[in-house]
Amino acid sequence: MITILGAGVAGLCAATVLAERGYRVQVMDSGPQAAGASWLAGGMLAPFVEAESAPPEVARLGATAADWWAARVPGVVRRGTLVVALARDQAELDRFAARTTGHERIGPDRIAGLEPDLAGRFGSALYYPDEAHLDPRVALKALAEGLRNRGVTITYDTHFPPEQADIDCRGIAARDNLLDLRAVRGEMLMLHCRDVALSRPVRLLHPRFPVYVVPRDNGLFMVGATMIETDATGPMTLRSASELMSAAFALHPGFAEAAILEMGSGLRPAWPDNLPRLTQAAGRWHLNGLYRHGFLTAPALAGQLADMLAPTRQEAALAY
Amino acid sequence: MQLFDIELTSRLLLGTAQYPSPQVLTEAISASGCGVITVSLRRETAGSGKANGFWPLLKATGARILPNTAGCHSAREAITTAQMAREVFSTNWIKLEVIGNADTLQPDPFALLEAARILCAEGFAVFPYTTEDIIVAERLLDAGCRVLMPWGAPIGTGRGLRNVDALIRMRGHFPGVPLIVDAGIGAPSQAAKAMEIGFDAVLLNTAVAKAGDPVAMARAFGQAVAAGRLAFEAGLMPPRDMAVPSTPVLGMADLGLGGMR
Repeated sequence: MITILGAGVAGLCAATVLAERGYRVQVMDSGPQAAGASWLAGGMLAPFVEAESAPPEVARLGATAADWWAARVPGVVRRGTLVVALARDQAELDRFAARTTGHERIGPDRIAGLEPDLAGRFGSALYYPDEAHLDPRVALKALAEGLRNRGVTITYDTHFPPEQADIDCRGIAARDNLLDLRAVRGEMLMLHCRDVALSRPVRLLHPRFPVYVVPRDNGLFMVGATMIETDATGPMTLRSASELMSAAFALHPGFAEAAILEMGSGLRPAWPDNLPRLTQAAGRWHLNGLYRHGFLTAPALAGQLADMLAPTRQEAALAY
Repeated sequence: MQLFDIELTSRLLLGTAQYPSPQVLTEAISASGCGVITVSLRRETAGSGKANGFWPLLKATGARILPNTAGCHSAREAITTAQMAREVFSTNWIKLEVIGNADTLQPDPFALLEAARILCAEGFAVFPYTTEDIIVAERLLDAGCRVLMPWGAPIGTGRGLRNVDALIRMRGHFPGVPLIVDAGIGAPSQAAKAMEIGFDAVLLNTAVAKAGDPVAMARAFGQAVAAGRLAFEAGLMPPRDMAVPSTPVLGMADLGLGGMR
């Protein structure tokens, strides 16, 4: 029996891949299901857009993420990503275009065709047609459901001694064993708005605080996310709230009437190079440091983890 | 260069925000050769009472840390942030920034002076982010500041030295005061220019952090600052309106190949 600690995106992806390869697995989480960094994620499967600030390795790991998710959970939407900037920030759009690939520069007519509600609001945009998005909460629940159907138990709200686990996917909670791991605080909003309809994630570039809006079902929108070098937990600050809200409002004034359902904040785990990593420490495997790329990179990393465990399993079979 | 009691080998000061990752940041610091890095302290950061792993990385660079009060809009806010920074970073150095306008991020000279007076009295070594206004600069020195940091251009604009004449005047007016151009530098040539007109150092962030290759850009800035300083020390030739041949004509051999007779 392989015990995985943490039922966030890293833990559930690892459990899924291992279960699919025939391992007996159980997942233990010390907190509730509806919590943790993964629960607050944007759910953008955007390897091209992320390449603006992330090393190329992130895009490589994320290249097949949309396929992996679409085969296992409902609600993977493959309609690309739109990146826009206000008229006075066009230089930001030029810079973003120069730093990324996989996009087309589109004008007002194409923008209106892709997102009718943004018609007339932006003269120019970058369209990344090969990207996708999902609803992290739907996806996590579906992975958990799939695991249970395979006979995998997932236990929430229960402490399990880390030293008895085989694979540690606890995110920032594992930092006592991972000295270089640091926390990058992120804050997000959940809005309900009937006045605006979007069919794909839209990023609004701004020299001070770039923000994205991800549409979800039933008039819900996730607006994120701040990145603050701190391990301070606790509620969102007024500064962060006003940044996120004013960016949503700048994207479309219809958001002014949105109901604010949730103001979430959490801690992303990150290594110094902001790349996710599989490591061995304190006598077990760690899959950690997924930073802002959890849903994008977890499937590939789970595959790597399973590959690394495979020889051990063969040895075990031989010994038997 | 000497800043307060500290001897520094590099005349470049780097900001630490907006880099792709802490690793790229530490590599950029090392490539630039800079000896001082400025770190902004958000109140919520200090409030947590613990380091998140970012500050140990900064400390490990060996560079001296100059905390700043970036984003503060009032004297009181800046003073509180400075006091927190002294606790968190164990230094009395503070880059004092009091923003007067949210759009231009222009310094508010009145609030700056008020905060500088109080912080100097509390024993801080205050590095005030100010304009090129000489009267404001004099008042800041009266308040106890020993360094002045005039802007080149508004923060993050990368437009270089917008008012070179005023900066040259400032240099002339305060010959013994360390002057550091802070903000607005977008290209190594602009940093070199600041050094050529006799400024003691240059502080910048975005131009390196947002470059395609921040580490290479940091190296470029390190070299430009060193070159500009060397040029200033060597003594630049004065600009002239009249062309002067670099090879003298007098005494040239007449080879009889035509031309003047």
